[in-house]
Amino acid sequence: MIPTRVSHNPIIGPGVVPFGVDPAYDAQYKLNQAPRSHVASHGQGKPFTVEPGPHQRTQYPYVTGTTVLGCKYKDGVMIACDTLCCYGSTKRYKSVERIKKVNSSTIISFTGELSDFHYIVSLLEELDTTDYCEDDGSELAPWEIHSYLCRVMYNRRNKFDPLWNSLVVAGVKHGRTFLGTVGMIGQHYEDSHLAAGFGNHMARPLFREKHTDDMSEEDARKLMEDCLRACLMRDKTMMNKFQIAKVTAGGLEISEPFQVPMNWGYEKFKDPTKHAVGAW
Amino acid sequence: MDYGVPAALGVAPELMEEVSTGTTIMACVYDGGVVLGADSRTSTGNYVANRASDKITQVMDNVWMCRSGSAADTQNVCAFVKNAVEEHGIMSGSDEPGMADVKLVANVTMQIAYRNKDRLSAGMIIAGWDRRAGPQVFGIPLGGSLEKCDFTLGGSGSAYITGFCDDTWKPGMSREEAEAWIRRAISIAISRDASSGGVIRLVTIHEKGAEKQMFEPAQHPLAYDELPVIRREEVVA
Repeated sequence: MIPTRVSHNPIIGPGVVPFGVDPAYDAQYKLNQAPRSHVASHGQGKPFTVEPGPHQRTQYPYVTGTTVLGCKYKDGVMIACDTLCCYGSTKRYKSVERIKKVNSSTIISFTGELSDFHYIVSLLEELDTTDYCEDDGSELAPWEIHSYLCRVMYNRRNKFDPLWNSLVVAGVKHGRTFLGTVGMIGQHYEDSHLAAGFGNHMARPLFREKHTDDMSEEDARKLMEDCLRACLMRDKTMMNKFQIAKVTAGGLEISEPFQVPMNWGYEKFKDPTKHAVGAW
Repeated sequence: MDYGVPAALGVAPELMEEVSTGTTIMACVYDGGVVLGADSRTSTGNYVANRASDKITQVMDNVWMCRSGSAADTQNVCAFVKNAVEEHGIMSGSDEPGMADVKLVANVTMQIAYRNKDRLSAGMIIAGWDRRAGPQVFGIPLGGSLEKCDFTLGGSGSAYITGFCDDTWKPGMSREEAEAWIRRAISIAISRDASSGGVIRLVTIHEKGAEKQMFEPAQHPLAYDELPVIRREEVVA
């Protein structure tokens, strides 16, 4: 809130200073008048320590989340991911909620920089608050949220200051099941099964082979677990602690953390170089 | 700064410049022998290229080596060392073919590592038992220095457990205590180092010989903020 400037000028009289009298004060007011929907209102979008000279804006990710998997099934759509955020090669935070509820019909998850995802969630919370205040019984649909995020990501990319995330948005509304993704350069698409991060290489081939749009929930869950296991074996920044969230016409639910059974008991693992002299 | 490979693998360039490559290796002396331990993960970028690799290699019957760093470098150093030590045994008329003094193996390795220090990226641990000096552990880090010690750690995961090992080490442990200690330390490193993982391999060397062991994730001690591991029973064809 910009404090209203009160006048004590005997000519104008007591009260609020009207527009046009104090340019410095008016300039403040103007800044807030223009619609800036891509910038959280509490942040103003400007760094408070600004060095003069040319800026290099492209960042690097520091605390990162890895793979997200998503697939549609008969009753709706489900998303799964682990609860780990790494700091480079350190498994730093092991109980991170990487799936967030946006509103009663939409869930979102991410790979990439954790802080940028928190920022995106705060933008979405503002959207949700606006919906709530309007109080007309209508909420943003999953595809509308997806579309909004496409614009946000693409516009940041154009300023060479991307939000270093790949997002997966999923939801069910008005009988339409939606599963879409947005990347850090604004690329976006929808599909029956999606992944962000390593899952694109490890899990999508499994989905392509076994996924059908009318799978039952148990089949979809089992396929999801198989894909999570494939990713877990081959991605070093993944841990065996997952959450699955599903959205159906009846509502949405994010599960408690669970683990996936692993197979390490192969005979050939015990002495892998037995018959290969000099091997490693 | 190389943007090519890290960008392709989706990692920030400065986070990929690890000199001691993803691994946790360690060895320690106990009352009567030595125990060597290692994880089994080989990763290129974020991809786990081999989840069951064997980083503890036999040099002689009674001397084994833990390897970290460039696989190519350590493979070739080990091949040279084996050759040189065997030849030494023949030329000096050793009465124990297949065995060698641990200190000899360590010094040969050190000479190779030191004289090629600008060409190699190899961190090694030599450990074994011989009848002259009993159980010994030697660490040969990057640069080619040689240090005899009671216990030593190597690889990227070692940074996470140096404090733990310093705090919990005691001399004169029994074989079971030493093996349990190494397993516990490596599992702690695995729980925090993404570049270490998989199974824990142990090799115990004593007067009578050497034994290899493997411990699956289900057999590791449970780490902080993780869930207990479930073994998958059915075998997928």
